[in-house]
Amino acid sequence: MLSNFHYVIFMNQLLAFLKALLGSCKDLLPIILVIAFFQFAVLQQPMPNIGDILIGLTLVVLGLTFFIYGLEMGLFPIGESMAQAFAKKGSLSWLLTFAFCLGFGTTVAEPSLIAVAKEAAIVAASGGIISDTLASQLSYANGLRFTVAFAVGLAIVIGVLRIIRGWPIQYLILGGYVVVVLMTIIAPSWIIGIAYDSGGVTTSTITVPLVTALGVGLASAIKGRNPMIDGFGLIAFASLTPMIFVMIYGMVIS
Amino acid sequence: MDLFFEFIATLKNTVIDVLPILSIILGFQLLVIRKPIPHIKQVGFGFIYVLIGLALFLLGLEKALFPLGKMMAEQLTAPEFIHAGEQVLTSIHWSDYKWVYVFAATIGFSTTIAEPSLIAVAIKAEEVSGGAINANSLRISVAIGVAIGIALGSYRIVVGHPIHYYIIAGYIVVVIQTFFCPKLIVPLAYDSGGVTTSTVTVPLVAALGLGLASTIPGRSPLIDGFGLIAFASLFPIIAVMAYAQLTEAKAHRTAQKLEKRDRDKINKRNLNKNNKTP
Repeated sequence: MLSNFHYVIFMNQLLAFLKALLGSCKDLLPIILVIAFFQFAVLQQPMPNIGDILIGLTLVVLGLTFFIYGLEMGLFPIGESMAQAFAKKGSLSWLLTFAFCLGFGTTVAEPSLIAVAKEAAIVAASGGIISDTLASQLSYANGLRFTVAFAVGLAIVIGVLRIIRGWPIQYLILGGYVVVVLMTIIAPSWIIGIAYDSGGVTTSTITVPLVTALGVGLASAIKGRNPMIDGFGLIAFASLTPMIFVMIYGMVIS
Repeated sequence: MDLFFEFIATLKNTVIDVLPILSIILGFQLLVIRKPIPHIKQVGFGFIYVLIGLALFLLGLEKALFPLGKMMAEQLTAPEFIHAGEQVLTSIHWSDYKWVYVFAATIGFSTTIAEPSLIAVAIKAEEVSGGAINANSLRISVAIGVAIGIALGSYRIVVGHPIHYYIIAGYIVVVIQTFFCPKLIVPLAYDSGGVTTSTVTVPLVAALGLGLASTIPGRSPLIDGFGLIAFASLFPIIAVMAYAQLTEAKAHRTAQKLEKRDRDKINKRNLNKNNKTP
């Protein structure tokens, strides 16, 4: 009896996994079509090492499936349970400290930010903004990284405060836009492209689910907050403040 | 066997990337909250799945998609492709780059559909809204936004306009839409700007921007190469709000139609009744 029961559970899980696998295939289909179309129809070239590509695609499909599986098992529950624990504890200062650490800690080690900072340092050196030595490039790149990480930490703090106080998001974000526009006028022109891009690269694949679950968890734990209206929006702050702070950084450097 | 070692190396990098987050979570959980994590076993396995999934995903992208996508971006922007067989002209025309815009739009759309962090936010939004927001429709709207954004961003690099005119114009559209679109969608729309550009999109888009800026005469890869990501994070905000506005308008129209039908029915019934009574 028991083994039969286990067999049913196993089959159900296998079925769920296969369904998820199929979903991942569907998610990847557009990329495959686009690349195939451009390779054969526009560039008119044969597909290079097809074996490698097939292996790679299999890995991507498997990876996406595992990621989504683990997301709902691990990342979402931990984000929400921590939000609820902090709400129950009622200590605002600890919650804000946690918010800052989460934003700062996840951004400072973000690989795409490190890559962009390095690129930006090369730009600055060739543009004569900083001296063309490795040491000054490194210090410039690190300065940029810490600036962005600080900005993201601050963004999560502001976002969490907004959820607790119930401030409407549009005034804060639109106010931020006004600041960005004003800063664009006074900031040196070589920093603007980097500053605008830095808003987009800060939020990584693991930070996003965690921060989203944190916001939704907080909004559902606090009375009078709507998880849809108040729970979302943390990531919006995290992509806005880096623009402002990187432009400030550019002004300070020059 | 090589593949296995590559996987282990990627997994190690992923773990190192996640270490700061993990230590912050554990530190606060143990020192501040001071309670055991609920369902610790399940959460632990979930974390391991996420790590394995991310490592496989990155390795697969590195093996299959990135080399091909980057090579395409280079080939499509190369002068030999743009001015096939012709003498290289002294001035370029923006329409010479039509395939670049098509590539930018389609690759932007398709990479956004596969972006794991967008999938995460879409799942959460569908769950929180009780199904009122459909995860797939949200992802498609965001992807359309990215497609338009990257195509327009490529056009900007080709013609050499300053980036801030476009971004500020986009902000103005966002401000106007914010006042007219359903309040429920606004925070989600703002969020969708930040989540679109991560693992899959950034490397391909960066290659495209760099390819364009380094082959077009008069553009510097150092100044004009940047900025595509900014476009890709602004236009999804507009697209998601537009999606909400369209859905609302459609719902409004169906409601009106239903109401009208009901009214007609009642009128007819009353008419019949009146006809019968005399």
